[in-house]
Amino acid sequence: MNWMDGADAAHVAQALAGDRDAFRVLVERHSRTLFRLAYRMTGNEQDAEEVVQDTFLRAYRRLDRFESRSNFGTWLYRIAVNCSLDLRRKRRPEMEHREPEDAEGSEVVAKIPSAGPAPDRLLLSAELGSHVQKAMQELSSMERAAFLLRHFEGLSIEEISQTLGLRTSATKNTVFRAVQKLRRTLEPFVKPTAASAAGGTQGTTSWMKKPDSI
Amino acid sequence: MDEKTRQHLTEEQLIGLRYGEIGDAKQRAACEEHLAGCAACRSEYSALERVLAAVDAAPVPERDDFFGTRVWQRIRPQLAERRGWDWSAWLRPQRLAAVGGLAVLLIAAFYAGRITIAPHRNDPGVTPVADAGAVRERILLVAVGDHLDRSQMVLLELVNADERDTAGGGLDISGEQKRAEELEKSNRLYMQTAEHQGDAAVVSVLDDLERALLEIAHSPSKPTAAQLQAIQQRIAAKGLLLKVRVVNSEVRDRQKADALKSPRSGS
Repeated sequence: MNWMDGADAAHVAQALAGDRDAFRVLVERHSRTLFRLAYRMTGNEQDAEEVVQDTFLRAYRRLDRFESRSNFGTWLYRIAVNCSLDLRRKRRPEMEHREPEDAEGSEVVAKIPSAGPAPDRLLLSAELGSHVQKAMQELSSMERAAFLLRHFEGLSIEEISQTLGLRTSATKNTVFRAVQKLRRTLEPFVKPTAASAAGGTQGTTSWMKKPDSI
Repeated sequence: MDEKTRQHLTEEQLIGLRYGEIGDAKQRAACEEHLAGCAACRSEYSALERVLAAVDAAPVPERDDFFGTRVWQRIRPQLAERRGWDWSAWLRPQRLAAVGGLAVLLIAAFYAGRITIAPHRNDPGVTPVADAGAVRERILLVAVGDHLDRSQMVLLELVNADERDTAGGGLDISGEQKRAEELEKSNRLYMQTAEHQGDAAVVSVLDDLERALLEIAHSPSKPTAAQLQAIQQRIAAKGLLLKVRVVNSEVRDRQKADALKSPRSGS
């Protein structure tokens, strides 16, 4: 637990005692981080803002269930993910009719990591960003949630399984499946730089064998 | 080994390596060793990294520094409505304890304010308006010093308790537990204040202290020898007593230094 966790716990205690300003501090401290997570979950700014608000409302109502020795930020992530999943379920009919952005015909090849912010590179990055966005939206809600929590928020498989109500093995498989899908979709748009290509051969590896140890 | 004949890593293994989810240390070491010696697998691993780097690089709209304030303004009316119905919540022990903790802080601050300001009230050479930041810091130092003194006493009593006294439930630590519980509540508030003051050293030791106080508060009131030993080991393993002493000593030194720096103290 770092000092911010300790400060969060103190604010939670004060909020539980009826001090709404203490909760305000928590809202102001965590909103932007939650927005990023919510945006990645929903792919939409308005929905992300709605998720952030719902998350704090739900958190406030459940504040007495928060265990002071836990990490408040992680607790919020869990709520935010569930709010995102709820929103998606609510919107499912209209989302099914939403056409994905057309990426056909794109010849974008981005070189990552970037060496500098040249204008053409920024343009490529923006286009690649749309591919990433599309690839993320093609994941199932669970795959997206599990991947985001592991990749961006650094939660352990155990924590993610608690958040999503999945078994540990299922959670790990969900994260792995999400990564595999992202790779299949995005790899054509991401070519190696000369430097990184020099580090390996041009041969390909067979993926047919199932791992024994995972 | 010939690169063509050995078994390459699977995609799952590469993903597992990337996220530190690949079985035990032996399996991980074996995969890493293979990766180090196999150009084909390194190439695949690089491809995976590039995809994940692209995911990292995908732009996410940022919200400005006032976004949290706007969120608060939108949700505040709904919070007020809900809390208004929940009067019983105020009477729950958890909330009462937190209110008690806040009272401790206020009393300590009031007391500190008296001892730092009152002696100079009649001093004609004193400027009546003290620097607010300096006064706040002095109040915090005095309050935290007092808190650390009391915490140190609880820790010392437990560290010095003789496990032979535990025979037949002969050792009763309920008094220490009650004090630990009270200290734990106020500890959070001091930690918050210290954090606001940017005092990382104090925050760190208060953080460790909180866990120890929690453990003491939730231990059996008549511990067995093994339970007492566990508490003592917890305190010893963290070096908590030493940390509390050191920080308390630093806090006291800063109090003295602040008092010397104060223009009123030289009169």
